[in-house]
Amino acid sequence: MSDPAISLDRARASELGIVARFFKATELDTRLLGMIGALVIIWLAFQFLSGGQFLTPRNLWNLSVQTSSIAVMATGMVLIIVTRNIDLSVGSVLGFVGMIMGVTQAEFLPKLIGFEHPATWIIALGIGILTGALIGGFQGFIIAFLGVPAFIVTLGGLLVWRGAAWWVTSGRTVAPMDSTFRLMGGGPEGAIGATWSWVVGIIACLAIVAMVVNSRRQRKRFNFPRRPVWAEVFMSAVGCGLVLGAVALANAYYWPIGIVRKYAEASGITIPDGGLFISHGIALPVLIAVATGIIMTFVTTRTRFGRYVFAMGGNPEAADLAGINTRWVTMKIFIIMGILCAIAGAISTARLNAATNAQGTLDELLTIAAAVIGGTSLAGGVGTIAGAMIGALLMQSLSSGMVLLGLDTPLQNIVVGLVLVVAVWLDTIYRRRTA
Amino acid sequence: MTSTQAPLVDMENISIAFGGIRAVDGASVNLYPGEVVALLGHNGAGKSTLIKILSGAYKRDSGTIKVNGEEAAISNPRDAKSHGIETIYQTLALADNVDTAANLYLGRELMTPWGTLDDVAMEHSAREVMGRLNPRFQRFKDPVKALSGGQRQSVAIARAILFNARILIMDEPTAALGPQETAQVGELIKQLKSEGIGIFLISHDIHDVFHLADRVAVMKNGQVVGTAKVGDVTEDEVLGMIILGKCPPGAIPGPGAVN
Ligand SMILES: Nc1ncnc2c1ncn2[C@@H]1O[C@H](COP(=O)(O)OP(=O)(O)OP(=O)(O)O)[C@@H](O)[C@H]1O
Ligand SMILES: [Mg+2]
Repeated sequence: MSDPAISLDRARASELGIVARFFKATELDTRLLGMIGALVIIWLAFQFLSGGQFLTPRNLWNLSVQTSSIAVMATGMVLIIVTRNIDLSVGSVLGFVGMIMGVTQAEFLPKLIGFEHPATWIIALGIGILTGALIGGFQGFIIAFLGVPAFIVTLGGLLVWRGAAWWVTSGRTVAPMDSTFRLMGGGPEGAIGATWSWVVGIIACLAIVAMVVNSRRQRKRFNFPRRPVWAEVFMSAVGCGLVLGAVALANAYYWPIGIVRKYAEASGITIPDGGLFISHGIALPVLIAVATGIIMTFVTTRTRFGRYVFAMGGNPEAADLAGINTRWVTMKIFIIMGILCAIAGAISTARLNAATNAQGTLDELLTIAAAVIGGTSLAGGVGTIAGAMIGALLMQSLSSGMVLLGLDTPLQNIVVGLVLVVAVWLDTIYRRRTA
Repeated sequence: MTSTQAPLVDMENISIAFGGIRAVDGASVNLYPGEVVALLGHNGAGKSTLIKILSGAYKRDSGTIKVNGEEAAISNPRDAKSHGIETIYQTLALADNVDTAANLYLGRELMTPWGTLDDVAMEHSAREVMGRLNPRFQRFKDPVKALSGGQRQSVAIARAILFNARILIMDEPTAALGPQETAQVGELIKQLKSEGIGIFLISHDIHDVFHLADRVAVMKNGQVVGTAKVGDVTEDEVLGMIILGKCPPGAIPGPGAVN
């Protein structure tokens, strides 16, 4: 008893060349691969132009921290653009929510429970997330149930929430942040150190293998065509290699000597002759961003809600006729976006150790650019979380690379603008070829 | 088809207007279990609009809908589905960017015990149903956007029959199909009929209609010209109903008939 589907797939595979067969067997996303290729080219170019200063553990570690906040928001922007909406308010919402969290921990909570209370950070974060969800829900309600186009609602939101951020303290900057809260921003303390980084890396590798095995078992259950074993092994090896490589890199960036000295004094250690090397390890904001990416990928690919998001994006009318409550799904998407803005706001206020009313200015453009460069189609229905996060990394690589080269800000803006347009143009060509 | 039995569906005096256009104007049609009723009429007569009211896509301005003799409140597609009404729309209404299995189960996904989508189980039954309709169909992994018109139509039909409908609405189900696939749909209609399912069939192919339907209902300018058993009228008489609105002696005249 042979399954006709399997034999047909085999027959088709044998007609293909070796390269095509490799891509078919591994089911690699060629578009994502192209983006990673572009990223590598940009990195190598900066490495060359800066005389070897770009691809250092220190620079890459900082790059990962700087990318976190936009990467978190880009995962939500994917859902918004996939359903043919747009959110221009994310930067302002980040600013407003950041301000709320700042005031909560620096001015409101100290009066109630005292300075540096162990619960301060979680209360401030909780209030921020709630505020973000409410703002997102409010905007989403107007878009979904009152039928005002998202472009207009969030353009209004861009002005309203920026103004509101100013209003909270009449423009005054709020500082400093709670010391536990500040860990979310990275820095020597806001990183998990060498040992824990290896633990996280190994857990990630185990998860990759478990996922591959599970997916094979699932397909075996119904006797469906499966990827060749070599392809599965290859993909798992590449995945684990990347994870462990990233951990090794994060661990190769050591604490600055001044901080090491202070730390040694405080804990009564004498610094040995060769110097004391303490690894940063993975930064907390990066862990937060990666966790957000994993959760959002799960939500988009494994849940009903995610399925509806993509179905609506392809054909909203069909989704309606299939009995999906499209308005409620739309509102939920904006609530998620609000929550992600709050998380991004926590990362950026923690990193700055202050809440300012200009925080997040222009972030909406970076977030949208990240999602679009990452393959989210403005026509709706297409996009991946991983793509958007790599898009964010690509945008951030460009700006920090240019800072490293000492380019003026106006020139930086020109380059980023051009890259965005060219990237989308290339994508249009790619889609036309593969469609 | 015994008239002592309550009709499966009874639509009475249904009206709906879009702006100034009275797309459906006081139309009444009914359907018995195991019966195929063909809705006929010129382009823009109001056929699709009438059945979209039954499937919950449009809200009627006035009129009542009874299912099994009881008044049914149908104000959205979910309500209609809960009454066992499944629809194949003229526009097919597929979610273009997701694959066949996702389309078949859209809105009624199979879930694993952990509350996540059970894609393999859905693909499994998608392969089964599609195998019945279109045995050569193999492109289960592609988004339906990439399928041919006929393949898309097969997907739309498969979706309607997957959930044990009691009432099936087919709006030009064979418009994009080749002769072999059309014949397959004809067989499918006969089989579903024998299972006691009531079917509203919209088609412009009078010959086909006479072959498959038990009764015809003809619409013109939003009104019902008349209804007739297929044995009581000729194809030419039905053409006269569609084009001229003239009701032959074998048919029961409706409000749209001209004298
Ligand atoms: N959503 C809508 N908005 C405005 N007018 C509409 C709408 N839907 C249908 N109409 C109008 O209602 C009338 C009936 O349209 P309907 O689609 O029901 O015709 P039909 O009998 O199905 O025609 P066809 O055989 O071409 O499919 C037409 O005049 C059409 O223009
Ligand atoms: Mg029609």
